[in-house]
Amino acid sequence: MQEQPKNFGFGEDETMLRDSARKFFSDHCSADKIHRQVASNPNIHRNIECLWDKGLWQQITDLGWTAACVPESAGGIGMPLVAAVALAEEAGRAAFPSPLIATFNTTFVLRECASATADSLLADIATGTPMTLAITNKAGSWEPEDTDVSVTAGKLNGSAWFVQDAGKAEGLLVSARAAAGIGLYYVNSNAAGVTIKADGIIDLTRDQAHINLSHVDAIEVAAPGTGAAAIRHALPAIQAIVAADMVGAGEWLLQTTVEYAKVRVQFDRPLGFFQAVKHPLVNVMIEIDKAKSLAYNAACAIDSDPQRLDFANTEKLAHMAKACASEMAVFSSSRAVQFHGGIGFTWECYVHLFFKRQMHNQALYGDARYHRTKLADLLIGKAA
Amino acid sequence: MADADRMDTPEQAEFRAYCRQWLSANHPGQPPVRIPLGALELSDPKAMAWLQAWQKSAYAAGLVGCDYSTAVGGGGHTNCQTIANQEMQSARTPFLPNIIGLGMAAPTLYIHAQEEVKRALLPGLLSGAEIWCQGFSEPGAGSDLANQQTFAEKRGDSWVINGHKVWTSLAHFADWMILLCRTDKTDKYNGLSYFVVPIQPAVGKGVTVRPLIKLTGETGFNEVIFDDLVIEDKYRLDAVGAGWKVAMTTLAHERGAGLLVTPAAGGMIQENSKSANTSSPAALINLAKSSSRNGKTAADDPLIRDEMVKIAIRQEAFRQNQRRTLVPALTDHPMRIPLQNKLIGTEFNQDLAAITYDIQGPASSLYLNDENAAGGGEWQLAYMNSFGVTIAAGANEVQRNILGERVLGLPKSK
Ligand SMILES: Cc1cc2nc3c(=O)[nH]c(=O)nc-3n(C[C@H](O)[C@H](O)[C@H](O)COP(=O)(O)OP(=O)(O)OC[C@H]3O[C@@H](n4cnc5c(N)ncnc54)[C@H](O)[C@@H]3O)c2cc1C
Repeated sequence: MQEQPKNFGFGEDETMLRDSARKFFSDHCSADKIHRQVASNPNIHRNIECLWDKGLWQQITDLGWTAACVPESAGGIGMPLVAAVALAEEAGRAAFPSPLIATFNTTFVLRECASATADSLLADIATGTPMTLAITNKAGSWEPEDTDVSVTAGKLNGSAWFVQDAGKAEGLLVSARAAAGIGLYYVNSNAAGVTIKADGIIDLTRDQAHINLSHVDAIEVAAPGTGAAAIRHALPAIQAIVAADMVGAGEWLLQTTVEYAKVRVQFDRPLGFFQAVKHPLVNVMIEIDKAKSLAYNAACAIDSDPQRLDFANTEKLAHMAKACASEMAVFSSSRAVQFHGGIGFTWECYVHLFFKRQMHNQALYGDARYHRTKLADLLIGKAA
Repeated sequence: MADADRMDTPEQAEFRAYCRQWLSANHPGQPPVRIPLGALELSDPKAMAWLQAWQKSAYAAGLVGCDYSTAVGGGGHTNCQTIANQEMQSARTPFLPNIIGLGMAAPTLYIHAQEEVKRALLPGLLSGAEIWCQGFSEPGAGSDLANQQTFAEKRGDSWVINGHKVWTSLAHFADWMILLCRTDKTDKYNGLSYFVVPIQPAVGKGVTVRPLIKLTGETGFNEVIFDDLVIEDKYRLDAVGAGWKVAMTTLAHERGAGLLVTPAAGGMIQENSKSANTSSPAALINLAKSSSRNGKTAADDPLIRDEMVKIAIRQEAFRQNQRRTLVPALTDHPMRIPLQNKLIGTEFNQDLAAITYDIQGPASSLYLNDENAAGGGEWQLAYMNSFGVTIAAGANEVQRNILGERVLGLPKSK
């Protein structure tokens, strides 16, 4: 195991960045405001729209969030992953509709590519170009080797699925199969031959698409045969970031439900007096704390082992973080709806924004069972 | 953990090196008799005597009571008990037998007793020469601890005690008791007072100790009856009527959420028995690899694998919670994690042990008295015994009330 700081590497700079994000969200992203922005039309058959506040994106770029984890050599601030994890936690707590998480995830894959093109894309991210990963196939595999895109003679053909915030991103990092193996390629969202088909998704705080690529010019970021490893090496960071988003959303759900349980009176008592309400809320808190500790631990382990001397350990800790957070996401959101009663079952109550974000995130990059299956092989060894 | 010694203060680093060196030369070796899973199950005087000798040598070497002042027999260090505990655990030492003394009586004395009493009692407590027990619970005062009926009546300069305590762990070995009782029948909470009681000299003369047998078949707790026991006023801690406040200090430490870190050792593997380390996911995995379930290796069963992985995640989360508690920037409420420790820790052990029944299949029916039982039958014992701690020290349902009320601010349910 690699040297790890006791404070998870969460020092003064990271605390300042996180605190400024907390203030930013409380100033600009009340649940009320987000609800008006993304949930004004409950019609199930509404047109699929990509609803977000692009002005806020400019502001967070100015605050340096997208530059935070871009290396200094590529024009960024060079902060550790724990900084992105902390920002993701705050973004989750605000159910922030933005390509921030997708851009972080892309950042961590690009950091593994070690090419001049990757560096110039990282520089674009640092100055605010939102990007996303197009690395998942139609079968929903999280394995880096699996893709429905191929590359031949410099052209990309095929489709990528479950692409996060594709309607907001300006650039796509696409995994494609060549004779020599998987490579990674940059595609501008507006490039000729790119069709972005928005998915009709439940989560109102993001968008998702599947993308068809037909004779699209391939700009190589990682050569064939090196792309899958780049993704694989970035996956623990991605899992920690998505876990942190769920931790933040879980905390919002907990605190909001606790407040409701203090004021809503039935049988002459506030709901929270009853142990059938009180104890599950305590259990939600316990699960959030576990998930939070594991997310920061995974991030710190990744930050502490840049040479990947013990990559199996970072993988293990990231699987733990995502498994724990995914289960917590389901639990925290289900209890929040249940304990709000009838009002919690309505579109009008803000709880559904977070409920839906949690259910989206718990599946993204692998649900709890997926990660526990991976962990079983790492901790116990493969089954006979 | 491998990173335990990183970022030690200079004092801690030096102390850690010293502990390692001392432990490498002074491990007590193998016990002459079976040592139970924990101190609360001690019933064999030979086991107790052997463990007392171990505590005495660890104390003499400065590994027990490190953070207490030298005036009261402590080591005068700052934040070094944690270091000693980590090193004793790594060295796989026996546990310290005076568990109630170290975990509850010592911090309470340190914070609330008169200087003279501290100086007189703490050295013998820390060395393990004098064993302590806790007289809180009564037939009518369990979770509702303030419902104390045991009564202390002031007569001249002394107090006369009458009443009935139950579930008193280690009373059969104890020299001293921390006692919560009533001094005023008109006020439930402000009518309580707190004493330290020399019970050993009074056995048969005002104190009766009777063993109670646990569902595991072991002994370890007792009922204690007071019949006109007379004690001196200097053994009262804090003011008459302040017993509840003092008891809160005791309970905070009992639940791992107090100011002082409890000296704790453990991890010893008993070679001559087949006993297992029943709180370790790694040992659980080894058990599954050597057990068969429905005729196949249990470790290959996907459902068993998933249960074991869940346990491993919980262990890592518990460990990382402890680490995060020390990072104020990552904890919004200072008591939020400390108050979870007792609850999470005891349920972890219970659930871990429960899985071993599924792992072992029909062999889970075997117990300590069967030569074919895996781990000497201690997994089954560990499961049954685990209920002791989900009930004791405030049942876990009560812990959930405390967390809901003190941390989340939900209305009190009493
Ligand atoms: C192994 C062991 C060792 C012990 N050692 C000592 C000792 O050394 N000294 C000492 O003083 N005591 C000791 N105890 C006693 C222990 O503190 C009590 O058993 C405990 O406080 C519970 O009290 P009770 O047994 O009277 O259960 P009760 O208070 O009758 O409660 C029974 C059950 O009801 C539930 N419950 C109770 N109150 C509530 C509530 N408010 N909300 C929800 N659920 C509730 C819980 O599930 C609880 O387990 C020991 C107990 C055990 C098991």
